[in-house]
Amino acid sequence: MTGTHEAGVVSPSEHTPLVSGANGDIAADLDITNEQQLRYIAGQAADARVNIELETEGMTLNIGPQHPATHGTLRIVARLDGEQVISAEPIMGYMHRGYEKLTEVRTYPQVTTLINRIDWVGSFANEVPFILAAEDLMDVEAPPRAQYIRTALFEMGRIANIMLFLGDMPVQLGGVTAIFYAFRDREFVLNQIESATGGRFHPNFNRIGGVKDDLPAGWIKETKTAMQKVRDFCDEIEDLVMGNEIFQSRCRGVGIIPPDVGKAYGLSGANLRASGVDWDLRRDADSPLAWKDLDWKVWTHPDGDSFSRFWVRLQETRESSYMVEQLLDGLPSGPIMAKVPRIIKVPAGESYVQTENPLGAMGYYVISKGELTPFRVKIRTASFSNMSISPWLLEGVYVPDIATILASLYFILGDIDR
Amino acid sequence: MSTTEEDVVAEVKTDAVREAIAKTFAEELGDDFVDQHIVPGSDLTIRIASSAWVQAATFARDKLGMTWLDFISAIDWMPSPFGREMDAEQDWAATGRDADDTEMTTGVAGGDTRFQMFMRVYSIDEHIGVTIKADVETEAPSIDTLIPVYPGASWHEREVWEMFGINIAGHPDLRVLYLPTGFEGNPLRKDYPLVARRVKPWPGIVDVEAMPGEDEDAEGEEGAAQ
Repeated sequence: MTGTHEAGVVSPSEHTPLVSGANGDIAADLDITNEQQLRYIAGQAADARVNIELETEGMTLNIGPQHPATHGTLRIVARLDGEQVISAEPIMGYMHRGYEKLTEVRTYPQVTTLINRIDWVGSFANEVPFILAAEDLMDVEAPPRAQYIRTALFEMGRIANIMLFLGDMPVQLGGVTAIFYAFRDREFVLNQIESATGGRFHPNFNRIGGVKDDLPAGWIKETKTAMQKVRDFCDEIEDLVMGNEIFQSRCRGVGIIPPDVGKAYGLSGANLRASGVDWDLRRDADSPLAWKDLDWKVWTHPDGDSFSRFWVRLQETRESSYMVEQLLDGLPSGPIMAKVPRIIKVPAGESYVQTENPLGAMGYYVISKGELTPFRVKIRTASFSNMSISPWLLEGVYVPDIATILASLYFILGDIDR
Repeated sequence: MSTTEEDVVAEVKTDAVREAIAKTFAEELGDDFVDQHIVPGSDLTIRIASSAWVQAATFARDKLGMTWLDFISAIDWMPSPFGREMDAEQDWAATGRDADDTEMTTGVAGGDTRFQMFMRVYSIDEHIGVTIKADVETEAPSIDTLIPVYPGASWHEREVWEMFGINIAGHPDLRVLYLPTGFEGNPLRKDYPLVARRVKPWPGIVDVEAMPGEDEDAEGEEGAAQ
């Protein structure tokens, strides 16, 4: 009844004392309204007091170390004000294995076994820059066939790696379906890597001067089938995930990285290309690998948000599958190993080789003193720099966006901790 | 193709772009520019005084467009007193190095002290990078922070600080990055032993076993392909 009065829709019949009851006159009604307004104002003030109290106290949210969003064991300590992040600090080191120290006590061929484990879902690509740096110092160049096999397996490592991302990011946003497609279809690629190298995850297939073995019979045909499956998977994800309204509203405009900031933090790979920076070491660096012989395109996206990082990676996966097919079509014949001594001593010198790995730019600064082991190896990994932007990026976002941003930056803990 | 082999050789041996970059650094830094090393067509390393560390980075970023920070790290040039730990004597016999030999030999662009900082910055527009080295003193190694120039330097410098014990002057948040709190020592220094190698024999110490019928010390040139 009073509500009707407040709303101002007053019918003449309601002004009769019978309907309005004891406080039926208009003046009393107005008093009640004022009182309610006062209560409303008092309520607002009380809310404000509570808000101020929450702000002063704050809250600390620990994410990880064991959290699916961390791809390993990363702990993030976020200080919150309500739902908003005031500051976030990643704490790593749970998986630090001291690879830079360990390389100093291993011979060059032994180092490849070790560095396989840096980015463990795209392992083949980890070996390549180190081997190239050692070859550069030894003045050895692998024969063309070996370079083509390397490039093909490199790109297949990239596909296997990014397929996991394409299934994993939707999971972290609450859509579990995509990961099953990803695991199912990634297996086709891993099977091919396994049948050529003997290892699903850790091929250890590169040698200084070439690759370990030639490709098995029938491999080229099977790989082409697998590449077709990869493209089917990309189409599926495009429909299922990228076209999804919820996915878009969780990702669009979340975690925007301006290109200048990205560069100053040393971001690389798809994270930087999603901010509109047209830079890909496969195209832009001199490399003995076979990328220069291929017809392909570098994908960029102008937005710089989480969605564009997903979009760029999806396009890259598809592009890589075409690259693998081109490589297999153009596979030259010939030897797979150059002449190298059986006991490898790398001449004194320094060499820095960087390649465009699945997670971004990865480089090895190899310092040799002409001994059996490297004197010092500085391992520049992509995830380390990609994650270093996270305190800047997470400041001021809301709690659910933490998962979105971390997922979209896509890091592998082994690639941060080394 | 009309280019003869001689043209190609002449082209490879000089690198006008990298020489020009080294020259601009030399002009900018004056006496603080110490040395340079150019691998034609591939790499440029310059060595500067540690006092010009921040100046060189600012110059590279603002004037040369090297806005992309690749990495910052350090090198300990002291020869390792431990070698590969177990069986190190065999290694030294094989490579001709004496275990007591503590003479330091530094790498490209030289060096005078045991610790050397090095960083790499890159220009995404020009696709060219430069490695900048700077000697830091041995007793109390210290260098200025690069965070005002490249915000991403923070983590790299924390790693250098804990792994090499090189102080980063002006770093606002110098805490351990990887190591546990309270860890003693700087693991990437050469005089820090790799304890795992001492407590347990490691089968990988013998990397290449002699082929059947082959002399033990033969260093075959027949290629590693089986």
